[in-house]
Amino acid sequence: MASMKDIKRRRVSVQSTQQITKAMKLVSTAKLQKARSRAEDSKAYFDCMYKTMTSLLAKAGNVNHPYVQSNGCPNKAVVVVTSNRGLAGGYNSNIVKLVTGGDFDKETTRIYAVGGKGVELLKHRGYNIVADYSETIDAPTYEDVREITERLLNDYINGEIGEIYLAYTFFKNTVSHIPTLMKVLPVEADDAAVEGEEEVSAIDKITPMNFEPEEEEAIKLLVPKYVSSILYGAFVEAVASENGARMQAMDSATSNAEEIINDLELKYNRARQGAITQELTEIIAGSEAIS
Amino acid sequence: MADKFKLSIIAPDALFFEGDAEFLEFTSTEGDLGVYANHIPLTTIVEPCVATIHNDGEKKKAAVLGGFAEILKDKVTILAEAAQWPEEIDLARAEASLKRAQERIAAKKEGTDMKRAEASLKRAVARIETIE
Repeated sequence: MASMKDIKRRRVSVQSTQQITKAMKLVSTAKLQKARSRAEDSKAYFDCMYKTMTSLLAKAGNVNHPYVQSNGCPNKAVVVVTSNRGLAGGYNSNIVKLVTGGDFDKETTRIYAVGGKGVELLKHRGYNIVADYSETIDAPTYEDVREITERLLNDYINGEIGEIYLAYTFFKNTVSHIPTLMKVLPVEADDAAVEGEEEVSAIDKITPMNFEPEEEEAIKLLVPKYVSSILYGAFVEAVASENGARMQAMDSATSNAEEIINDLELKYNRARQGAITQELTEIIAGSEAIS
Repeated sequence: MADKFKLSIIAPDALFFEGDAEFLEFTSTEGDLGVYANHIPLTTIVEPCVATIHNDGEKKKAAVLGGFAEILKDKVTILAEAAQWPEEIDLARAEASLKRAQERIAAKKEGTDMKRAEASLKRAVARIETIE
């Protein structure tokens, strides 16, 4: 049985760990609040962009534009959104699993990483990381996102990549974050057409939407904005999810620490009681021997 | 009195403006556009420009820095990449970036991204015009 001193030392150490996890939980709670309101603010933009894009594609049909038709390049680009810091439970590894578990082989996949943890984990698994925008995820701005979009679309137009995917964590609510993989380009006209038609209300069906400039030109101009808005939306959601995941992880760490402390306290008291009883027995035995 | 329509200007980080308007002016890639209620449905790309919102005889100006607009019969939605009210604009900064962009375009150096320089010039001009 461990000595009283050992138990006491262990308890103090667990206690200080608990203090740290408690503080981290509070910090991520505060950050979550901020990130969540940002994610909600950008939702209107994101939704409206998606709706317009789908209705545009529904109307334009299968125009022969590289953004809509695949350019035949076998390389796939994946924008992987993770966090720069750990201690967020399964947040980062879930995203990495999404990439390694999907049909992305190491030769043809190019990773555009956003978040230091994703870079580390995927590099270790032998993936090709072509760009690292990790500092963006600390405080995503639309400016930064536009830069990433430009790079992606450049590579796409130059035929270096044939498909663009996005792996991020969808923020459903505070306790539920869903790792999501979505295809960004080429835009899938078929699915979009079906969804787009559902959303058009009765009035708008009578007077069809006009486009100025013409559809093809509009697609060329809109797609970069569409990609930026999807990325921006994903980034702010990911930040909210990251803080949510960290809050949960730290919450369970704190309660685990509490459990260990209680357990150690019990052991300590038992050891103390044992020591006292033993001492008493010794004294009594000693006095009996004398008398 | 002219019919009113609902106008919302949405920026990526916030809902910038929502309310009624009688008349809206802005610049699209095809030229200046004025919108009253009962406009034909139209989706168009917005250039960096000054958007003027007319309502109840009042005029409100805002710098809309690129994006696109969806015009329906009784509703107009502008998705702006960025939007600012005149009082939010830093004139000194806008003028500095105007000058920088002009210099970049005038120099025509190898490797300058002309498209980018022009876009930043347009944004600066839109900001400055909004204040005036």
